[in-house]
Amino acid sequence: MEFVNPEGLRLDGRRPLEMRQLRAQIGAVAKADGSAVFEMGNTKVIAAVYGPREVQNRSQQINDQALVRCEYSMANFSTGDRRRKPKGDRRSTEISLVIRQTMEACILTHLMPRSQIDIYVQVLQADGGTRSACINAATLALADAGIPMRDLVTSCSAGFLNTTPLLDLNYVEDSAGGPDVTVGILPKLDKVTLLQMDAKLPIDTFENVMQLAVEGCKAIANYIREVLLENTKQLEYRRGL
Amino acid sequence: MRGIEISLNQTQKIRLQRALQQLESLYSKANFNASVTVADTIPVSNEDTILKGHGTSERDGEVVATLCGVVERVNKLVYVRTLRARYKPEIGDIIVGRVVEVAQKRWKLEINFSQDAVLMLSSMNLPDGIQRRRTAVDELNMRIIFEENDVVCGEVRSFQNDGGIQLQARSQKYGKLEKGQLLTIPPYLVKRQKHHFHHLEQFGVDLILGCNGFIWVGEHVEVRESLAEDQLNNTEQQFTKSNTTKEMPLETRQNICRIANAIRVMSILGFNVTLEVILETIDLSSTLNLGIDEMLGPEFHVLVAEREAERRTSMTKRKG
Repeated sequence: MEFVNPEGLRLDGRRPLEMRQLRAQIGAVAKADGSAVFEMGNTKVIAAVYGPREVQNRSQQINDQALVRCEYSMANFSTGDRRRKPKGDRRSTEISLVIRQTMEACILTHLMPRSQIDIYVQVLQADGGTRSACINAATLALADAGIPMRDLVTSCSAGFLNTTPLLDLNYVEDSAGGPDVTVGILPKLDKVTLLQMDAKLPIDTFENVMQLAVEGCKAIANYIREVLLENTKQLEYRRGL
Repeated sequence: MRGIEISLNQTQKIRLQRALQQLESLYSKANFNASVTVADTIPVSNEDTILKGHGTSERDGEVVATLCGVVERVNKLVYVRTLRARYKPEIGDIIVGRVVEVAQKRWKLEINFSQDAVLMLSSMNLPDGIQRRRTAVDELNMRIIFEENDVVCGEVRSFQNDGGIQLQARSQKYGKLEKGQLLTIPPYLVKRQKHHFHHLEQFGVDLILGCNGFIWVGEHVEVRESLAEDQLNNTEQQFTKSNTTKEMPLETRQNICRIANAIRVMSILGFNVTLEVILETIDLSSTLNLGIDEMLGPEFHVLVAEREAERRTSMTKRKG
């Protein structure tokens, strides 16, 4: 199958190095301490953060830092064919774990001892790159909840199809079976917190693909930063003196 | 980017936008640039030494924010004041909480903090008002004072060494709250003030603005002043209190709902919640002859926003 046509356009009309449109909204869940909706093209994810709050299960309490928990789920209506997936299947437990580890790396857990932070992410529309979208949504929700963090974590994927590196794969490109590199970075610290690839790639092309994904992460970070700054300003002036 | 979650028609949308723009323009520009997000560097002059406060950390010799908020500077101290975050207690704060657990010699209270607060039996006034050591019998009778899910008002007494907090309720004004509504709003909307207990005489209602964002609106109860008198009729009082719950007049109930809705509107719009503004909002609703349920409709939100913009404009004019 041809993923990049001779004019240099992809299936959805993007250029190989082009990202899908981003949209973020803070404050989607009224009851949560922090929440956000994050969209990358047709992928749409909602995240809610509760906490830091009292640990529910005493035996899990950590005396010098906060306990971070994460639950990932996909809505039944999120994919093309409506399927009832059992809660806690292999895929979602794996992604929960990935998100938890990524977020835990940036939260300053030692500032909130003996407490627990719950992150719930749900995919509302799946069109490839749900992992990245979930991490971006969780970052926004954590920042909204006022939880101290080292840096914002942002994530983006990149692939390699038809001998071209492609940024931000959608579902069709993702299911083509080519290599798919998901990268999560701390943009200000310039560190990688997440790197996943389920295929083989020659080292020199891998470097190109990863570089591309990192560029994508940085673009997302800029966008997220703008959204957060606008949000704080708005809250501040509305509150008044 | 935080949308106000009410369905508005086109004109209402425009009016709300205009009111919010007015509020934005009133806000001093100097403060406006002090907003930071996570991992932004905070500019500090290198000449003098500074103290890094909450929400900051050091990286490569630069001061970096770890939270979203507004940078505040007090002499040498630089810290980030968060907006939407959980409550951060300070000693002496008046708070409202809900009992989640009755444990040994203590109650655990949910107060919107990262841990549950502790209210020791020994830092409570006993119902009979006598000062004495708490016995095992008192401990067994703790559920007479507070049960699970009771709403309690208290004061932050001290910090424990593990970061938790202890409360006290040693005066008549503290204690169990009955017959009313508990509202939860983001704590940054409640300012620390001289008075957090308010008796609104015209409504016959007590209003407690807890620093933790829990707000109590309930029927007015007389604070029993004299202890001696208390002790005499305490036994019968206890019975009358728990058994014969006097019917609250309909008017008082309506007043409670009206005040509660006024606070809800203000917290949805994200305005500071102070007694003055609450009373103005209630006045506005009653001059418009609005029903209590209509206060949560879109039109009233817009009106409150417009009124707030007007109020702040006149305030800045008076100053200048």
